[in-house]
Amino acid sequence: MSVFEGFRFRHVSSPIHRLDPRVKFLFVLVMFVAAVLFYELLPLLVLFFIPVPFVLVAGVQRQWLRSLRGAMFLAVFLLVFNLVFGFLSPGTIPWGMSPIEYASAMFLRFLVLVESFSIFFLTTSPDHLSLALEQSHVPYEFTFAFTTAVRFVPVLAEEAQTIMDAQKARGLELERGNFMKRVRNYIPILIPLIVSAIRRSLELAEAMESRAWGAAKKRTNLYVLKLRRGDATLIIMSIILLAMALYVRNFVSPLPTITSLLPK
Amino acid sequence: MIEIKDVHFTYPTGVEALKGVSLSIRNGEFVAVMGQNGAGKTTLVKQFNGLLKPTKGDVLVDGVNTRDISVAQLARKVGFVFQNPDHQLFSETVEEEVAFALKNFGFKQDTIERRITWALNLLNLTEYRKTSPFMLSGGERKRVALASVLAWNPKVVILDEPTIGQDHRQKETLRQFIVQLNAQGKTVVIVTHDVEFVAECNPRVVLMTQGQIVADGEAKRILTNPNIALKASIVSPQITQIFQGLTDLGLPTDVIDVSEAKKILIEYLEEERGKR
Repeated sequence: MSVFEGFRFRHVSSPIHRLDPRVKFLFVLVMFVAAVLFYELLPLLVLFFIPVPFVLVAGVQRQWLRSLRGAMFLAVFLLVFNLVFGFLSPGTIPWGMSPIEYASAMFLRFLVLVESFSIFFLTTSPDHLSLALEQSHVPYEFTFAFTTAVRFVPVLAEEAQTIMDAQKARGLELERGNFMKRVRNYIPILIPLIVSAIRRSLELAEAMESRAWGAAKKRTNLYVLKLRRGDATLIIMSIILLAMALYVRNFVSPLPTITSLLPK
Repeated sequence: MIEIKDVHFTYPTGVEALKGVSLSIRNGEFVAVMGQNGAGKTTLVKQFNGLLKPTKGDVLVDGVNTRDISVAQLARKVGFVFQNPDHQLFSETVEEEVAFALKNFGFKQDTIERRITWALNLLNLTEYRKTSPFMLSGGERKRVALASVLAWNPKVVILDEPTIGQDHRQKETLRQFIVQLNAQGKTVVIVTHDVEFVAECNPRVVLMTQGQIVADGEAKRILTNPNIALKASIVSPQITQIFQGLTDLGLPTDVIDVSEAKKILIEYLEEERGKR
């Protein structure tokens, strides 16, 4: 569950928290595009360190590290998977790269994606986020569905805990058996969780409709998002980052490998 | 059977739910744990089967400290029926649902068959043996959850809020069932708000407020004591309220049972008629 911890917002104030969520999202998007553009280790390494100052300024390093640790299982899986296939069929990796370097790059690319999304969710409150979506002309139904989903994560986590307790009280031992057995051990947890989530959503829908949800055709907001100086700076930084990434991708070639940079 | 020695418990969130609770439950006793919301009732009974381990103090079940044994091992002795049956039902048929725990405890196939038949019969569910538990009504789902615990015949049965969402008749059936279980020598612990239900069962009452036990004893003594009731913000049974309103007629104030009340009233009325 620790990976979710890294996406859970806590109310603190910092220059990063105060940025417009739309601008922050733009930045995350640029990071995303840049990470997908490259499969070489060197640029991904650079990308990996770009969000670090933001994390420090926002003061969310603990949760951020936790989200990285949570993502580690999948990241290592990617690493091993790419290594195995890189050695088995070298044709699948770009010409001139060692399987080790390619696999490490894929490992790092995944971490770059996780870290940038993590910092976005760590520094953006769900309310702010729905405001941003709404003021970007996303239909309110979608905005509402999205924020409700985010808000129900802790509720579901608590429910999962109760269900686990109930099944443990009936003699279920989650940590017993081989890998396949352990996966199957989670069926008695997942089914009640899904069933009660569906029940809960139906109840929520009925409760909302009986309180005249959607009666007003046009909604207004108490708070209106406005771009400030910090936002403008981040927009410019994002554009520069994107431009640099595109330039390096298209005009600098071949990119040096890490092994060639290391002292012989 | 269950020995609780000065137990403190603090949740990871920092909420101190139990503040020094000591309690001893003997074999074959029938105990109702009562108190308002957030008094620590559920936290207390979760210590009984090791779902929660005390932050300080010890819980001994049959002489074994709950710290030294897994929940699954303890569950063999202490069956726990959760408040909401939807937190445990997952199988395709009622039969499989009841078999789940039996399989976990490693019972043999023919024993499992026998136990399922026995438990379903006990709770009047035999006709639903091959039905999906999700197709049943709320009350029936609750009975399936109960059957799935009773099937392995634990020495102690804990029922968390058994009366919630049950209509009057189901409650009465449940009451008779619990009393019958207890009469057969099973230790029964119920957690409940339902004063009327407790008054009819007449068990030993453990009353909690703010993480501490404020009263422990016969239901008749505790539910009719206005001071205790006030402290734990519970309301006396309706019958008791009537009798406490009629003190000037010289009637007793510690009546919780309807049939007892009827007897006293008839005696009183006949006496009055005799005087005239």
